Amino acid sequence: MALLSLRDVRIHDGVGGRDLVHGVSFELSPGKVVGIVGESGSGKTLTCRAVLGILPEHFRVSGGGIELDGRDVATLTRKEWTALRGGTVGAVFQDPASYLNPSLRVGPQIAEVVRVKKGLGRRDARRRAVELLGAVRLRDPERVYQRYPHELSGGMLQRVLIAAAIAADPRVLIADEATTALDVTVQAEILDLLADLRERTGLALVVVSHDLAVVAQLCDEVLVLRAGETVEQGPVERILYEPRHEYTRLLIDQHERYGLDRFRELDHVA
Amino acid sequence: MSLEVSDLDVHYGRTRALRRVSLSVAPGQTLGVIGETGSGKSTLARAVVGLVRPSAGRITVDGEEVTRYRARQWRALRRRGVVQYVFQDPLRSLDPDVTVEDSIVEPLLIQGRPRREAADRARRLAARVHLDEELLSRLPGELSGGQRQRVTVARALVTDPRVVILDEPVSALDAANRVRALELLKQLRDAGTALVFISHDLGSVAGVADRIAVLYQGGIVEEGPARTVVNAPRHPYARLLVGSAPTLRSAAADRAQREELRELLQNIGGPA
Repeated sequence: MALLSLRDVRIHDGVGGRDLVHGVSFELSPGKVVGIVGESGSGKTLTCRAVLGILPEHFRVSGGGIELDGRDVATLTRKEWTALRGGTVGAVFQDPASYLNPSLRVGPQIAEVVRVKKGLGRRDARRRAVELLGAVRLRDPERVYQRYPHELSGGMLQRVLIAAAIAADPRVLIADEATTALDVTVQAEILDLLADLRERTGLALVVVSHDLAVVAQLCDEVLVLRAGETVEQGPVERILYEPRHEYTRLLIDQHERYGLDRFRELDHVA
Repeated sequence: MSLEVSDLDVHYGRTRALRRVSLSVAPGQTLGVIGETGSGKSTLARAVVGLVRPSAGRITVDGEEVTRYRARQWRALRRRGVVQYVFQDPLRSLDPDVTVEDSIVEPLLIQGRPRREAADRARRLAARVHLDEELLSRLPGELSGGQRQRVTVARALVTDPRVVILDEPVSALDAANRVRALELLKQLRDAGTALVFISHDLGSVAGVADRIAVLYQGGIVEEGPARTVVNAPRHPYARLLVGSAPTLRSAAADRAQREELRELLQNIGGPA
């Protein structure tokens, strides 16, 4: 059964008086990865926020439906949402530093999540937080536990955020441009970590990026969003080898004609 | 050579930001310089445009040694327009109160060329960078990001420079504008301009560069024809970089190989 299913989701901007997302549908099963590709303004972040129940003020889901673990999210009370966030679905975003309190050490911030979401006592929460820091492959988790956010690099902070996001054992993790601000070698570390978590724990992923290649590496199914419309959707191989929409072709061109793939393609032919 | 840098060292206090960096670019050639955070990439960009003083080594622009130039001499060099620069954020490098046309031709007016000749030149350059002529009378704030980037490129070209230094020229652009900008760079290169394309993004650099240099912890650890660097990198960091860059068809390295390279790099440290 699908862990997460979106059926023709439309999102309305009450201030602008128009729909910004015009019907997004996909289903996500345990251990699977769905990728959403799109540029700023494509509606990809609004879609994620709708799934998390954190749409900005004045925005609402105006059509279609979202089911999380078999429950229609439109019927959820605030309390039920709070339980679902973290416990069923977690998320990481582009700018990890802004999600941490700069004046607190990072370890206790994760321990706090564990205490609230899992109901553990202080000592157990601390032990679990250190475990989580290890699970996201941070070297020397005990030391990282004691660090303030400003003492960590961008890649380390994103790992800390992933540790916090998986603290309550969610079954779905949404990574919205989670590697965009990072160096490419660090981006690969984070993507490798996500692939690793998926294999080890069966975590299902929604990977959102402006870069088709980032999504293609990890995903089973891809949605290409543009100006709130799904212009292309299907299994990743089909999208890469038989793109139907002009915009998808442009995203492919970016790599094949103007990127690393231009060398690989030629070598392949030779 | 249009630009030649040899054994360049830059220190910030006691920190050695660049160590014995050597590179050269011939007319009509594009050199890509790849560097991630802390690699010395920005320091290198600043050094070759005279914004930081090297502590050792030589910089030669179009046959003229500029290493020890004072600010006044750099200004004179810039006025002649032999070397030009395009930076990442076009909004910040364009005066918001000056029309697109005036921004483009400013270097010519400073040289004392007649207004009519300059206006004529602006129209031809706009066509060359695929900028609608009617945009020439607008202010930078009225243009899209991609259009603004084309304005900065047009301005860089107005003096027929021998060398154009591009620091992250496409990083802020969306897919469509990125492809257009890279296409434009190829045209410039084919017209004989030497380009130095400095970026953290191996993908976009590989799209236009003839040669690629990889900067790591202040030193160049790999340099060669783009195809060779992409397909057969030797230094562990270059291998990790290539193996980490997202590509559409299968990645150059798999997870286990990347992990091995990371371990290896931890152990060997930076360039000597």
